[in-house]
Amino acid sequence: MEKQEVTLMKGNEAIAYAAIRCGVDGFFGYPITPQTEIIETLAQLKPWETTGMVVVQAESEVASVNMVYGAAGAGKRVFTTSSSPGVALMQEGISYMAGAEIPGVIVNVQRGGPGLGTIQPSQSDYFQATRGGGNGDYNVIVLAPSSVQEMADFMDLAFTLAFKYRNPAMILSDGVIGQMMEKVVLPPYKPRRTEEEVKRECPWATTGRSAGRQPNIITSLELKSEVMEQRNLALQSKYRQIEEAEVRFDTQQLDDAEYMIVAFGSAARIAEKGMTSARKRGMKVGLFRPITLWPFPKKQIAELAQGKKGILVVEINAGQMVQDVRLAINGRLPVEHFGRLGGIVPDPEEIVAALETKLIKE
Amino acid sequence: MNQNNIISPENLVYAKPELMNDTPMHYCAGCSHGVVHKLVAEVVSDMGLEEKTVGVCPVGCAVFAYRYLDVDWQEAAHGRAPAVATAIKRVWPDRLVFTYQGDGDLACIGTAETIHALNRGENITIIFINNAIYGMTGGQMAPTTLLGQKTSTCPYGRDPELHGYPLKMTEIAAQLDGTCYVTRQSVDTVASVRAAKKAIRKAFESSMAGKGSSLVEIVSTCSSGWKLTPVKANEWLREHMLAYYPKGDLKDTTDL
Amino acid sequence: MGKIKGAIVVDTDRCKGCGLCVVACLQDVIVMADKKVNVHGYPYVEPGSNADRCIGCSACGIVCPDGCITVYRKRMED
Repeated sequence: MEKQEVTLMKGNEAIAYAAIRCGVDGFFGYPITPQTEIIETLAQLKPWETTGMVVVQAESEVASVNMVYGAAGAGKRVFTTSSSPGVALMQEGISYMAGAEIPGVIVNVQRGGPGLGTIQPSQSDYFQATRGGGNGDYNVIVLAPSSVQEMADFMDLAFTLAFKYRNPAMILSDGVIGQMMEKVVLPPYKPRRTEEEVKRECPWATTGRSAGRQPNIITSLELKSEVMEQRNLALQSKYRQIEEAEVRFDTQQLDDAEYMIVAFGSAARIAEKGMTSARKRGMKVGLFRPITLWPFPKKQIAELAQGKKGILVVEINAGQMVQDVRLAINGRLPVEHFGRLGGIVPDPEEIVAALETKLIKE
Repeated sequence: MNQNNIISPENLVYAKPELMNDTPMHYCAGCSHGVVHKLVAEVVSDMGLEEKTVGVCPVGCAVFAYRYLDVDWQEAAHGRAPAVATAIKRVWPDRLVFTYQGDGDLACIGTAETIHALNRGENITIIFINNAIYGMTGGQMAPTTLLGQKTSTCPYGRDPELHGYPLKMTEIAAQLDGTCYVTRQSVDTVASVRAAKKAIRKAFESSMAGKGSSLVEIVSTCSSGWKLTPVKANEWLREHMLAYYPKGDLKDTTDL
Repeated sequence: MGKIKGAIVVDTDRCKGCGLCVVACLQDVIVMADKKVNVHGYPYVEPGSNADRCIGCSACGIVCPDGCITVYRKRMED
């Protein structure tokens, strides 16, 4: 067996290393805690001298996301990273990317809000990420890593999905995953695509109008209502296709479980500990971890919840994903929520206590 | 001599540029946009860059510029064209990348993107149509609206105590170390159109030669917004606009 | 010595009748078409009774915002 290259690094650093290794063409970003190590690591690694990847520190998150719009509209694999208030500023660009069908990647290393909030971890951007966030009817593909390894692995996956569907994709991480250090096996080096490969993969991109083809126009604008409705219906049909094909999730010990915890990202890590602790005390608990937050694994949750007595949704927010779980369960089971706010990360024992008080006692 | 004997391909001296297609432009009669569109099309063709050009259009009257010139285009969010162009040029450094923006887009909502793209010395050209009004939304006050000028949101005339002063973005651009060519032109006469074309050519050549950012301001008319006939609008431009926004090169370090 | 003669063709369907070419023409070649509109409802210009005075200088074409005017020029033999 080939010896794997194992390194120890922060989740934020893993994003930077993985991006360079998976043939990314450019990064555009603006510093904000707790994700600044991403741009710092890229600056330190100088990929423009090795792979040719461009790294630009922009004047704002608004500019960063519009740079992603521009370069991705020109067919390149580019991304930006930020944290919650910065991602709020990016919603304009994300909506434009969805409307113009541009495959940009956005990484959100979440912190607590609202407003300037706190620099401590949170998962309170679930709505912002999965409900569109900007104006109009659209969806962004949202991947929720729960380890440094997944931070590295989801980089290439996000680009693959974004280009497959010509849709923005987001990695929704948080300050816990971004800042914690773990072992990681970085992805193998993959070269950046050549000009010919870009043109072949992205015949729609603004690479310069080659002789014989019509101009390529990247725009979300259409003033004729009947045409705009058709464009919207085409987007909706694409979203249904993504919902059908791209749901990803993970389960643990659900087979004999009477109660199911649903949690994503860092909350799933803590919930796993809570589950183990609960089982030691005789509570039959299993874990369902959505990896794609959109498309949301609603069918899978509904199926796996059959025969269970109740569901506890654990999130580091005031109750956001719980709404999607309730929609999936549609009143068939009690669905409760447990979360901490303000940048406080819950303790596994608090989750056990919540299971007891909110579900098992009843 | 019959006129029909002259009208023959070998005698052709002037025609609509090849890159401008037959789609009727949505601009009002006499609008400067059309003239500047033609100049951009002519310069791209003259330089043989039809297959290497990516334009970025704004929000404002020129939002549909992509319908008229047969090059690749990206339509940017309001004010963000310089950020969009920055990225396209960075990932395709051998392309000609230009933005085409109005005063509201460039000098108001996109001030930050404009100044920082220019200050980074991005090898792009910004074509700045300054007609001192918001044309697309129907004649509201722009950052470049002259003092005393009436618009629908300063119906009694722009008053500095209420509305501040007209913004000279081109003068600001000339102060930035990232710019190599900053000029102000107009297209109200044959001579000025010819000079504006030369300026656009120099800007595009500087972008391709990697000399830094170029800004070409075109002081323009908005006869609908100004509530004047196209001919009167040109007169008003010469009398009022050019007095506050004087023409000429503000900076040229290109050696071109 | 040869004399320069010119001629213009106006794409009247594309013309919006802004009249900038009328002002630009130093030979008074172009006039607004009298009480006529094109398919888009715009008034338009056309070569008038002085059409033969055209010298093909292209001033009209250069200032035309809509690219409606094509200009031809020929050196005539005496």
